[in-house]
Amino acid sequence: MIPERAKAFLLPVAVLVLLEIWARAIHLQSDSLAPPSAVAIALVEAFKDGSVLTATRDTLISAFAGLAIGGAVGLAFGIALGIFRIFDRLMEVTIESIRPIPSIALLPIALIALGFGYRMEIVIVAFACVWPILILSRAAIGGIEPRLIEVSRALRLSPADRVRKIIIPAALPRIFLAFRLAAGIALIVAVTVEIAINPIGLGAAIMTAQQALRPDLMLAYLLWIGVIGYLLNTGLVVAQRHLFGRAALVREAT
Amino acid sequence: MNRSVLIWRAASFLVAAGFVALWQMIANLRLVSPVFLPGPDRAWASLVRGFSGGDLWSKLLGTLEHMAYGWLVASIAGIALGAAIGSSRTMRSYVAPSLEFLRPLPVSAIIPVAIAMFGLTQGMALFVIAFGAIWPMLLATIHGFAAVEPRLYEVARSLHMSRLAVIFKIALPSASPDILSGMRLSLTVALILSVVCEILAGLDGLGHWILLSARSFRSADLFAGVILLGVIGYLTALAMSMVERRLLKWRPGDR
Repeated sequence: MIPERAKAFLLPVAVLVLLEIWARAIHLQSDSLAPPSAVAIALVEAFKDGSVLTATRDTLISAFAGLAIGGAVGLAFGIALGIFRIFDRLMEVTIESIRPIPSIALLPIALIALGFGYRMEIVIVAFACVWPILILSRAAIGGIEPRLIEVSRALRLSPADRVRKIIIPAALPRIFLAFRLAAGIALIVAVTVEIAINPIGLGAAIMTAQQALRPDLMLAYLLWIGVIGYLLNTGLVVAQRHLFGRAALVREAT
Repeated sequence: MNRSVLIWRAASFLVAAGFVALWQMIANLRLVSPVFLPGPDRAWASLVRGFSGGDLWSKLLGTLEHMAYGWLVASIAGIALGAAIGSSRTMRSYVAPSLEFLRPLPVSAIIPVAIAMFGLTQGMALFVIAFGAIWPMLLATIHGFAAVEPRLYEVARSLHMSRLAVIFKIALPSASPDILSGMRLSLTVALILSVVCEILAGLDGLGHWILLSARSFRSADLFAGVILLGVIGYLTALAMSMVERRLLKWRPGDR
């Protein structure tokens, strides 16, 4: 019997070994594929000359800055809409008509208004991050146990105290889940903007490798982008479990 | 009750109209240069001109076509693969962890690889859109198959049903809510990737149109294109949720 953990690694290892053997057997000369060993060497070299680290830094700066701005805006609106139902009903049409615009469609607008660089990327990432956080934090506040609100009323808390002491702690597990989803979106949008047009970061690096006909380097970057996505997601899942324990997991299922 | 809903809806439309008026005012007063921000009047005029001239129709159809083909290929492949993997415990324990590792990969990173393999062609766009849109459906199908009530499988065994019959009569219907919500998610992915592919490869569609408009500083056309993309996103999501409600009517207590 093979242990469960080993089964997980069997498939990727088998694919890599087969690819390596096949590439060597036919003396692969291709613009789109490279043997895994060459990819590994390219990745190590790109780490040595620092180009991977610079690109990673650029991408992560844009993604996190956009996440911070979009998240703050989304959270502020989400809390406001969740607390003041009138406001929520009045804004419904406006929000529902802006939300379906695909974030990447703003790219040309951001391009002519801000030019290439961090700023346009941050704006687009922020736009993409507003919505999941707004929608989920609004729902989180709508789902707060009504008795907690009654308690806050009985204690005559000021509105600011009510938000700070009752509403935010009660809604925090679900708001963190929204933040986790938005962090994934931020990374995806940042890489997409870089691939489409913006000449900085990992997306631009992988495009350059493709145009330079370096499939080994291109696949190395692809692997690295995958690792970053995986680490970001795993890190946030672990943080969520650590911070909120079972509360986070139960609510995720709904 | 119904009346108050209508009144709130009307008030909500009024607020939205107020924002459009504000936008018009900002544009009229030239608080922002008209090169970047056309008024809603100019964007609307550009929409009307584009549709009556016929140019915008073909762009719109181009984008819808890319989106639909990629999404359909992804739906069929995703559900078939998901059923194959999800219906066997052995497959699940070997393949599912690799898929979980691939899932957080920003799918647009596959674009350079696709360009290297297919060049800047329609085939590249189809591959990228299908590859991006397959994940939500694939994972939803596997998850849905794994979460089927075990007693249903026992029933199937005692009825001596074949594996195909189990898939079509028990697992697929029981996983359909998961699959449909996966399909809804991938619609959005398909739209975004269509736009990106059109921008990169210069394929006929709204993505290419908004990029060209931006390059020649025709901001009214640019906004018209962005508004149209929003309309596509809205209408496809609406259609999908209608289909979903229709197909899941049989589920007691759902919605």
